[in-house]
Amino acid sequence: MLLTQDGLVNGAIYALLALALILVFTVTRIIFVPQGEFVTYGALTLALLQQGIVPATVLLLLAAGVMAAALELWSGLRSPHRRRSVTLAMLYTGYPALLSYSLYYHIGAPANVAAQVLVTLAIIVPLGPILYRVVFQPMANASVLVLLIAAVALHLVLMGGGLLAFGPEGGRTSPLIQANFDVGVMTVTGQSLATLAASMLLIAVLFLAFRHTLRGKALRATAVNSVGARLVGVSPETAGAICFTLAALVGAVSGILISSITTIYFDTGLLIALKGFIGAIMGALGSYPLGALGALVVGQIEAFSSFWWSAFKEAILFASILPILLWLSITHPATGDEE
Amino acid sequence: MSASLVRAAGWFAVAVVFAVGGFVLPEFYVTLLNYIGLYSLVALGLVLLTGASGITSFGQAAFVGIGAYTTAVLSTHAGLSPWLGLAAGLGITLIVSVILGLLTLRLSGHYLPLGTICWSVSLYYIFGNIQAFGGQTGMMGIPPIELFGLTFDTGRRMYFLIWIFTLAALLVSDNVLHSRAGRAMRALKNNAQTAENFGVNGGAMRLWVFVYAALLAGLSGWLYAHLLRFVNPSPFGIAMSIEYLFMAVVGGAGHVWGAVLGSAVITILREFLQDAMPGILGRTGNFEIIFFGALIILLLQINRDRGFGALFDLYKRRPPSPSDHGLPAVARRSGDQPLLSVRGVSRRFGGLVAVDNVSFDVARGRIVALIGPNGAGKSTLFNLVTGLLALDAGEVWSNGSRIDRLRPHQIVGRGLARSYQHVVLVQSASVLENVMFGAYHRTRRGPLAAGLGIGGEEEHLTVTEAERQIRRVGLEKWMNEPAGNLALGQQRLVEIARALCAGPELLLLDEPAAGLRHAEKAELATLLRELRASGTSVLLVEHDMRFVMGVADEIVVLNFGCKLAHGSPTEIRRDPRVLEAYLGGSVK
Repeated sequence: MLLTQDGLVNGAIYALLALALILVFTVTRIIFVPQGEFVTYGALTLALLQQGIVPATVLLLLAAGVMAAALELWSGLRSPHRRRSVTLAMLYTGYPALLSYSLYYHIGAPANVAAQVLVTLAIIVPLGPILYRVVFQPMANASVLVLLIAAVALHLVLMGGGLLAFGPEGGRTSPLIQANFDVGVMTVTGQSLATLAASMLLIAVLFLAFRHTLRGKALRATAVNSVGARLVGVSPETAGAICFTLAALVGAVSGILISSITTIYFDTGLLIALKGFIGAIMGALGSYPLGALGALVVGQIEAFSSFWWSAFKEAILFASILPILLWLSITHPATGDEE
Repeated sequence: MSASLVRAAGWFAVAVVFAVGGFVLPEFYVTLLNYIGLYSLVALGLVLLTGASGITSFGQAAFVGIGAYTTAVLSTHAGLSPWLGLAAGLGITLIVSVILGLLTLRLSGHYLPLGTICWSVSLYYIFGNIQAFGGQTGMMGIPPIELFGLTFDTGRRMYFLIWIFTLAALLVSDNVLHSRAGRAMRALKNNAQTAENFGVNGGAMRLWVFVYAALLAGLSGWLYAHLLRFVNPSPFGIAMSIEYLFMAVVGGAGHVWGAVLGSAVITILREFLQDAMPGILGRTGNFEIIFFGALIILLLQINRDRGFGALFDLYKRRPPSPSDHGLPAVARRSGDQPLLSVRGVSRRFGGLVAVDNVSFDVARGRIVALIGPNGAGKSTLFNLVTGLLALDAGEVWSNGSRIDRLRPHQIVGRGLARSYQHVVLVQSASVLENVMFGAYHRTRRGPLAAGLGIGGEEEHLTVTEAERQIRRVGLEKWMNEPAGNLALGQQRLVEIARALCAGPELLLLDEPAAGLRHAEKAELATLLRELRASGTSVLLVEHDMRFVMGVADEIVVLNFGCKLAHGSPTEIRRDPRVLEAYLGGSVK
């Protein structure tokens, strides 16, 4: 039962990540390997804030913002949308500058837990659209393969950035919720309940937003047919930026939730993201409910294999992808008309 | 001096340079070159895999690991000769890569790299957790390689061994890329369906390249283990796999020497950055990954996956010289059965019936035109006949045998070759190469023979054949021009030449006259009549009615998936149903 509980909590987080990965893939065709870095950035930023240190991630945000602004001005000043790109460029640099200024010189690291979480989100979430602008928007029409290689390259950059900002030591946060509940013979921690609840809530919100808001519909339209969506006035750039904002939000929230359960290092992100991927692959990278379900299964496999044969935990987990791939290759044979 | 002699002299010169380097270079450079050679072997596999065939693998380091660990275990624990370790390592790599390839290669594009990431992570943890492999600490005391009493126990001695293998692998890979198999790989990457239509068994070809790349990686692992005489799991993880892929990207996807260039750039850059970074950042750590990542992103944004390989475009290997005769003619099957018999064929897409119970025959020596308004199901019918789409009902027969159950790559062997509504040519390859690919199913030379330089005569015959077909469509002036530089109408003619190169009995042409000028259309009509005279039948989809009426013997009219009429041009012109479908009302 304890294992099931562990697996459920981890699985819920993988499910969140799987959803973000499916979202990014269907809309932008990017297999977003750096999703895991949003998790580590979220977790370690919060960990530093809890130690009363202003995290250097805010400077990374500033650096990325400056690059985004430069790119925006470079391409925007020669286009008819000059005003828009100047506004965007000011936003890209202004927001991080303001945030770092106030953090370093005025507020410092807040003592209140809720404020810490808010500051973490304020730093990490804008990284999503900014990174999209810098890395992916200039090559939005490239093949899935090229986009994937770029995603892997970005993963390396962010991992190096994480090492720079957080150092090689791991970080762990104190639970956001201290309460424990006794259910029969076992103890359920408040944190794991909160994790489950938060994941469910976020999943539900994303789901509803997709179904019922205009933006959500626009994203779905872009996912189905990007050219068609553009023709009816949905900008693929905006769609990409929104996706990346959501991906960063989901990543940061996952990071905040997971950071009190496991110790996170600057290079933990890839493994976490890959587990989300396995979930997403189980859903054939297209279906949200199947992806979420797959991620829960991943959580269970991980929990049980770590108990029975812990040295080979990761080996078993990642090998479990092979039968899935086999099944997929029988049911979804390569059509060959991809790129 | 012949082209092949020039080439041989070039390779000899390269070998001499490397040999001299091995004697005169200081120790530091020898070590650096050792690593560059080892990495080049792996990156070279990726040049064929990713660059030529469009398959991405993030798992190459795992194959290096298999090669290294196999020889480490056999030579330290069992005391066997490293050469046995090499054989065993390559054997295991072969088996593992075949299994993994069969599992993952049939998957469409994006699952494959994810799959490779997953199994490589899995293998990495297996290396690190088996006690006999020394766990995370690894294994020490691996004996050096011995050959003819010579012991390769220093870096400088290993240098010669490493570069003999690397240069040999470069030569073999270059041969493969410039052969029938290389053309098939590029066609497969460009458009798998077209490649299949010309007889490439896509699954088998992908598997071959995947295994070849894995074996190169395994070989690199064997050399690595005996160079360092020590193995631990860390160089075989996902990080190194990513780095190998980066080397291939930096070097550019199209050229074997790109692998060496990419390995050299990444290796030297890392060396430099590891020295310089602590000074800049005031800290030590694996910070060079930031630079590598940024470099790759920049390179991809500017140049997609061509990398710096464009440098090598200056050196273009010349096509083989033509011989005095072309490929032996494809044996014509006799008999009076129709070359194509479509019988009650239907195909649905969801609720839409694209082709609905259509039947017609194409007899020998006839030009049959398939006309109808947009969306009438003409191109769908082409795809059904050439095996790209499965039928929902009905049968397709050719010359007395049923072909609708055949795989796409088997249909060209029944004498059917086609062109496409949207031109599908390898844009960067020359017209000649594109047309040569058409002869794929008439030729036999496999990648292994090509790699070893065996059976090259066939290439000369293929060139002759392709040149003949290019002259036939009147494009001889553009023979060595990249296909992408031609006007769209001319590209359609290249497609026709490619289809002719397959020696078809029935030529299926999808809108061949679109984009052609008036004079070119007249030439095309003449060509089609010539083909008819020589006994080849033509089935064509075309919107230019004057062209159709002038050239066709029979016309089949489709409307909303149904056959509306079938008859001679005169009959069709008078048919009230046809007039209604085209003009939207009956003409009184």
